[in-house]
Amino acid sequence: MNEILQGNMYFGFFLALGTYWIGLKVQKKFPYTLCNPLLISTVLCIIVLLVFRIDYEVFDAGASHISYFLTPCTVCLAIPMYKQVRILKKNLAAILLSIVSGCLAAALSIWGLCALFGLDGSIYHSLQPKSVTTAIAIGVSEELGGSSALTIMAVVVTGMFGGIMARVLCRLFHIKDPIAVGLACGNSAHAMGTSKALEFGELEGAMSSLAVVVAGIVTVVLAPLFSGMIL
Amino acid sequence: MDTVKYLKQMTVIMAVSFIGEFLNRVLPLPVPGSVYGLVLMFLLLVTGLIRSEQVEDAGGFLVKIMPVLFIGPSVSLITVMGGLADRLVPILAVCILSTMAVMAVTGLTAQAVLKRRAGRERSGLRDEPEEREGAAGREEGGKREE
Repeated sequence: MNEILQGNMYFGFFLALGTYWIGLKVQKKFPYTLCNPLLISTVLCIIVLLVFRIDYEVFDAGASHISYFLTPCTVCLAIPMYKQVRILKKNLAAILLSIVSGCLAAALSIWGLCALFGLDGSIYHSLQPKSVTTAIAIGVSEELGGSSALTIMAVVVTGMFGGIMARVLCRLFHIKDPIAVGLACGNSAHAMGTSKALEFGELEGAMSSLAVVVAGIVTVVLAPLFSGMIL
Repeated sequence: MDTVKYLKQMTVIMAVSFIGEFLNRVLPLPVPGSVYGLVLMFLLLVTGLIRSEQVEDAGGFLVKIMPVLFIGPSVSLITVMGGLADRLVPILAVCILSTMAVMAVTGLTAQAVLKRRAGRERSGLRDEPEEREGAAGREEGGKREE
């Protein structure tokens, strides 16, 4: 199967878009949190690759081209943010305080849990930046001596878990204010949290996309400080 | 003309992306180009150099399809699974537990700060009451959606 598909980058495109389209259809029919189109698409892609014994590289040859849109998409997050600029200014203290304390909670909990489970240094460094957007996370992980493949996995697991569970967790922790919900989503589950927050509403989405940016910058500063901590 | 409108909007978005990636190359900071671009786009909108109508149609589409961009990295899980099979459970536990911690701390801190300020405003210091009303209205809207 690999030989037939080698060099045909449209296979990755087709599989990624097709499975996501199926995911959207399923979500429309069954509007549950677990019916996340990204999760459905990922599972379907993995099943297809495993069943037909296709290498990930063959799939990635096409799918990686879609990722070139990551920069323009991230740039466009400024638009929902701008529309809420008055509310942003009004809540500056809440935004900054909550994101800095959230990033500290991330650094401390990841350090504590890695020590508790006896995970070694390279895994710790790979997990450290997992709450921020993939592009920043990979840079931080490489800077600290982690593995970028593991970082991507941790970022994806974090994003999926945070995105899928956002509604349930906010209810569990009694986070009701739309501003607080948006900040919590963006700071914990980066871009995937933001796409979930946008489903809640434009204010939540704007807060979330702002949280992603601020959290990214705070993590760039904090992660090297915490990387030296002994496990 | 729709075609021209989308073409113009995509051009603006790509120009900002280009400048963002350029800044990432020339400035010696570990900040990704996408973040420079986001900040730049935000500043352009705030200063009025770009009006939101000039980017919001194409921009809205890109924001909506964003999860599609993560399919590739998500599927890359199958390439790292093998080597980490024995430590997979603790790694997943770290991811899940710390995500919950971050969500709780961020959300509750924000809520506490917002509540304190709302309390202060109610006790007489009503400087800009109309904005808080807007937020309360949205809260109700959010509840109705559920």
